[in-house]
Amino acid sequence: MDMSIHTPPGAGAPHDQGSGTRPAPEGGTPPQQDGAPAPRRTVTHLGDRVFRGLSRGSGITLLVIMAAIAVFLTYRAVGVLAINEGNFLTSFQWNANANPPDFGIAVLVYGTIISSVIAMVIAVPIAVGIALFISHYAPRRLATPLAYVIDLLAAVPSIVYGLWGALVLVPHLGGLYEWFDDFFGWTGVLSYQGGAARSLFTVGILLAIMILPIVTNVSREVFLQVPKMHEEAALALGATRWEVIRMSVLPFGRSGIISASMLGLGRALGETMAVATVLSPSFTIIVSLLDPGGGTFAQNIASKFSEASEQGRDALIASGLVLFVITLLVNGGARAIIARRKEYSGANA
Amino acid sequence: MSHATTTPAAGGPAPGATPRLSSARLPRWTPWVVALGSVAAGCAAGLAAGLSSKVQWGLIAGLLFVVANFALTARVQGRRQARDRLATSLVWASFVLALIPLLSLLWVTVERGLKVLDGYFLSHSMGVIADAETGGGIYHAIVGTLEQVGLATLMAVPIGLLTAVYLVEYGTGKLAKAVTFFVDVMTGIPSIVAGLFIFSFWIMILGFQPSGFAGALALAILMMPVVVRSTEEMLKLVPNELREASLALGVPKWRTILKVVLPTSVGGITTGVMLAVARVAGETAPVLLLVWGNPLINMNPFEQGQSSLPLYVYQQYAAGQSASIDRAWAAALVLIAFVMVLNLAARGVARWKAPKTGR
Repeated sequence: MDMSIHTPPGAGAPHDQGSGTRPAPEGGTPPQQDGAPAPRRTVTHLGDRVFRGLSRGSGITLLVIMAAIAVFLTYRAVGVLAINEGNFLTSFQWNANANPPDFGIAVLVYGTIISSVIAMVIAVPIAVGIALFISHYAPRRLATPLAYVIDLLAAVPSIVYGLWGALVLVPHLGGLYEWFDDFFGWTGVLSYQGGAARSLFTVGILLAIMILPIVTNVSREVFLQVPKMHEEAALALGATRWEVIRMSVLPFGRSGIISASMLGLGRALGETMAVATVLSPSFTIIVSLLDPGGGTFAQNIASKFSEASEQGRDALIASGLVLFVITLLVNGGARAIIARRKEYSGANA
Repeated sequence: MSHATTTPAAGGPAPGATPRLSSARLPRWTPWVVALGSVAAGCAAGLAAGLSSKVQWGLIAGLLFVVANFALTARVQGRRQARDRLATSLVWASFVLALIPLLSLLWVTVERGLKVLDGYFLSHSMGVIADAETGGGIYHAIVGTLEQVGLATLMAVPIGLLTAVYLVEYGTGKLAKAVTFFVDVMTGIPSIVAGLFIFSFWIMILGFQPSGFAGALALAILMMPVVVRSTEEMLKLVPNELREASLALGVPKWRTILKVVLPTSVGGITTGVMLAVARVAGETAPVLLLVWGNPLINMNPFEQGQSSLPLYVYQQYAAGQSASIDRAWAAALVLIAFVMVLNLAARGVARWKAPKTGR
């Protein structure tokens, strides 16, 4: 919107300039002004053209990088996929260094999806709660510093989360998992055999903590944009605070929450180090979420990369390509929702 | 906030007018008492049942708090108020629930990090110290991080800045739309994918050796979209009157951008760049793939492996000895401090040089 408003004056600059400078000569220096326009205009055009070209060029560079990522990953992946013995999508093996290689991403797809889903299930409600707390519940004196703190937490490097997760969180979860096992062990999904809690569920909890800040931030911004009139109207009708939130804030913020969650999901899907430090991986699908084992795309790449042969690296690149496409879809979807929402709420903002 | 004050006010006079509504209200301190009671009950239950992990204590207390609040309000004030109370207690509970791990993270890092952290640790490399030995330091990792992030900044900032200028000042039509969209999407690229890309392109195809520079290339890819996004926001804040005034004086557009638009928003742009630096300084995965680490001091980012702070943390953790884990915590503390200082400084700059609008 902004762009379309001020681009016309820019594009029409020479003309504006002409009409703008005309009154000036009366008081100023006519001889120079008379001579100036013809040579200066060509100079202007050159400088403008160069600068415009440069800035346009960097925009194109970004697109080229994105395309290059896809092209190079595909190029490396295609070669190794052609000689892959196993089915890339369904094989439960990862013997990429063997000759011929035999590998598949089924375990990784499962682990990545399960851990991200657990993270989303835990993080989204809590993040929405915190966002509501900051925007509607906390006293103002508390709300601003809180928003800062959440911002700062988003900046904590993932390796530190990983270190904390492995050395502090994991020992604390054993008891909880035994508890789960007592009550829900019969489901099979939540059974626990004891031992270090380096499982996909732990990874999910850690990822939830990690994506909490970003989901909170985006939702909070949306909640703050809710038109005051809507809320006041609801209050005037005698609604309790929860009813105000349910009737005016949440409906307005729904797409914001969805896109915030998808941004968080994108982060959780691609998280490497936190998973690599916490999970004790195995290349099998384990039904119980609480028992150690499994793996994710990013973790698998990080932990197998240094020992892999060139062929093994190509196989890891192939799995990286899948991860790239998945995150691309998730992030693109989130952005599309945000963009649509912007158009629709433009009048209110 | 304003609602917090208006809700009781709106509800206040009503009970006086109609006696039916004034029936039984819980006193204002009820939630606090319930909170205290449920925390005590949670601890008691934990102790009594001999539950080992504090996580369970907390969960019991939180659950009790929410349920007791709801039940109490439902009995005294009716369903609607009870729902309201339920939502309030859930919101508070989620806030506390989230705060605990985050505070624990900071606390543990500081506590365990300070054990080893001293002048020696900051000024020495690992040299030939074995994992299980004490001693050694992170000088080489600090050098590596600074050089890699510095190189990445040198590459990412000009491109990011110019792209933002393009989007705000020149961009119209399909190209600008595509760039905007892909910048957004690029923000979400997993760092390990950026690392894999540079590996396949720079090391496998062009045949270079792993080096600090290779890592910097990947970091630059991660940095660019962040710089573009924040710069774009800042440039949009520059009032059009400034541009028009400059153009009206006959200044060509490119000089207007360089001399008027960019200086006006320099504070915000600096903030954005610093936040981007803080983000990539903590990236481990690309460094793991592309730089490979080096226990010795390597000042040259273009040849041979280097270390970096996040990679150092990971490697010391992975070594699994108690001495090395102490070192990992200390390095993590340094890393967090570095990132936090950058963040706070960035906010300081933003406040100090806030774009002067309206003049």
